[in-house]
Amino acid sequence: MAMSSARKGWAAVGLAASVSLVLAACGGDDGDDDTAGGGDTGGGDADCAFAEDYGDLEGTQVSVYSTIVAPEDAPLEASFDTFEECTGMTVVYEGSDEFEAQLPVRIQGGSPPDLAIIPQPGLLATLVRDYDAVIPVPDDARANVEASFDAAWIDYGTVDGTYYGTPFGANVKSFVWYSPSAFEEAGYEIPETWDDLIALSDQIVADGGMPWCAGFGSGDATGWPGTDWVEEVMLRTAGIDVYRQWYEHEIPFNDPQVVEAFDTVGEILKNDQYVNGGLGDVSSIATTRFEDGGLPILQGQCWMHRQASFYQANWGDGVEVAEDGDVYAFYLPGIDPAQGNPVLGGGEFTAAFTERPEVQAFQTYLSSDHWHAERASKGNFVSANKTVPVDAYDSPVNQLSAEIIQDPEAAFGFDASDLMPAEVGTVAFWTGMVNWITGASTQETVDAIENAWP
Amino acid sequence: MDNYEKLGQMLLAIALFVALMGVILLVTGRARRRADLWQSLAFVAPALLLLIVGLVYPAIRTGYQSFFDRTSENFVGLDNYDFVFTNEAMITVLRNTAIWVFLTPLLSTFIGLVYAVLVDRSRVEAAAKAVIFLPMAISLVGASIIWKFVYEYRPDQQGIEQIGLLNQVLVWLGAEPRQFLIGEPWNTLFLIVIMVWVQAGFAMTVLAAAIKAIPADITEAAQLDGLTGVRMFRYITVPSIRPALVVVLTTIAIGTLKVFDIVRTMTGGQFGTSVISYEFYTQGFRTLNTGIASSLAVVLFVLVVPIVVYNVRQMRKAEYR
Repeated sequence: MAMSSARKGWAAVGLAASVSLVLAACGGDDGDDDTAGGGDTGGGDADCAFAEDYGDLEGTQVSVYSTIVAPEDAPLEASFDTFEECTGMTVVYEGSDEFEAQLPVRIQGGSPPDLAIIPQPGLLATLVRDYDAVIPVPDDARANVEASFDAAWIDYGTVDGTYYGTPFGANVKSFVWYSPSAFEEAGYEIPETWDDLIALSDQIVADGGMPWCAGFGSGDATGWPGTDWVEEVMLRTAGIDVYRQWYEHEIPFNDPQVVEAFDTVGEILKNDQYVNGGLGDVSSIATTRFEDGGLPILQGQCWMHRQASFYQANWGDGVEVAEDGDVYAFYLPGIDPAQGNPVLGGGEFTAAFTERPEVQAFQTYLSSDHWHAERASKGNFVSANKTVPVDAYDSPVNQLSAEIIQDPEAAFGFDASDLMPAEVGTVAFWTGMVNWITGASTQETVDAIENAWP
Repeated sequence: MDNYEKLGQMLLAIALFVALMGVILLVTGRARRRADLWQSLAFVAPALLLLIVGLVYPAIRTGYQSFFDRTSENFVGLDNYDFVFTNEAMITVLRNTAIWVFLTPLLSTFIGLVYAVLVDRSRVEAAAKAVIFLPMAISLVGASIIWKFVYEYRPDQQGIEQIGLLNQVLVWLGAEPRQFLIGEPWNTLFLIVIMVWVQAGFAMTVLAAAIKAIPADITEAAQLDGLTGVRMFRYITVPSIRPALVVVLTTIAIGTLKVFDIVRTMTGGQFGTSVISYEFYTQGFRTLNTGIASSLAVVLFVLVVPIVVYNVRQMRKAEYR
């Protein structure tokens, strides 16, 4: 402890010396709003042209804190390398399983990280409102986001009218995992509509199978996969506008439209005929770890598993994830034609807690097309950045995700539980889903969640 | 700027400490007449200082914060306590805590005591004691993971094998496998079993030592008077080791009030199994509601105090006897 704070002290002295220099550089930087376009044309790997826009950062240091731990942190840190080499800045990266609990502690303790990668806009809002700790996004970074992202991504990072978080990664949740070979063998078609999906489920039951498997278990976050199910259906039955009213609490949580969404999910998840292939009865959904929720597909004990793009990491070694491989995913079809084919997804946001110029420069870089392309090239990542070509992503599922995110026709709904206040989004909604799947009625569940809204 | 401030604070703290120690040394050097008092004060002062900084101040601050809202900015009176004692989910938490505190010490102590008496002076005493004492060496998280496998559930379907010990036994007996961790309120009992499994060893060790310390003339006199078996246990053994029993019961009760690891590892507080110490964490670090978290901490503190007081009183009584 003493060592590190002493080191910090010396770093501060060093920083102070370079601050004035960098400030001057930043001042001259204000004019060029089309930084983003300029950086992108550089293209080449060792080309440092893009870095000139960020001024002199030699010898500076920026700490980054996030939920991303080994092994996923390796490609992330690799994506910082080019910037570090070109500018001479050092990124001190730290990932933690306890990020959500530790970040507020560090803020209150007076030693926040320079930048944090926050997976829930709801947490970002809390940090802004309760702790007044977040520094607004610099103008250059905002310009980057406006140029290359859907306008909605500005909204997700905005709290009470001020813009605080720039988009980092993204993921698509509206996937149903299945086994292409098993489907082909049984003669099943990939359903294009919700009715087809239910018809297929009935067909599987008639053929003696269990169509669906699911798992809500996730340690002390148990229940979140259930919230995704409800959000998917809310988007499809009530539409994106009502969906927004729902997470902003303009309609109560026990609104009839929410009840309808729960009951539609219940037609699948609370149906003894449909679940829980290879894992037990309906209540076993609550105790099955979400990582294990789709695995019975590999044994032929289950046919379909709705889970986000990141589930591809869970299939294990030797399982080929591709359209003609062992497992692949199809888009969870729409329900109400009037609502089209919406997409549920999530993402992370970069927020700054200190105002030093190098921190602002790095936040701006992380919002640039250059970084998003760089990160995509390291694999295991999807970005909502529209300038990154789909074939830059490494796996078929990531390419499919990017295609879906970049589709201008698709209404993209951000994970509602991540946008709700923590009391609901990380406690009551999760517990509600667990209680609901183990026997509580829909009305009881939505009433309880509504009561927990702060 | 911030870093300078912290550096300054650190220097200030060091300077204060040096000054304080200087004053203490100076005073102890001068005041020969009251040397005894000053000397003992000099020895106690550092510990006292640490206690005040590390325990008393945070406790007072927690109590203070429990009357404020989530960010400790606005005074809300007793609202947090009102929430803790009327909210439905919180009442479940309080109920579970009560079940834990009531059952765990009684069961652990009972099992430990009976075991200690049974193996006392038997040929396999050392081995038998080691077996029940071993779980003490495992952390509560480790114990929970072991028991998670014991309770693990797999459906009764073609081609699927049980991997949980208990469910495999059920299947062998021809019964359906069941989900031990879901049904309220039984799931709390299944969690308590883990704590008892860990704590029975502690109870056994302390009580076995106490039993060995019963003077032989007492037991011999009782035997001459015709006491044997259960009556011997009831009228001689238990009264003789009463102080040890109280220590064991209260120690386990205090430990149980603080149980967090088992609940978090086994169920994450779901299925109606949460307890105060876990809910305190949820409120404080997940919903970031300092007010309610503080009031839960205060409730926990208030619950521990009588047990500690009782413990201390019994110890004193035992000393005077």
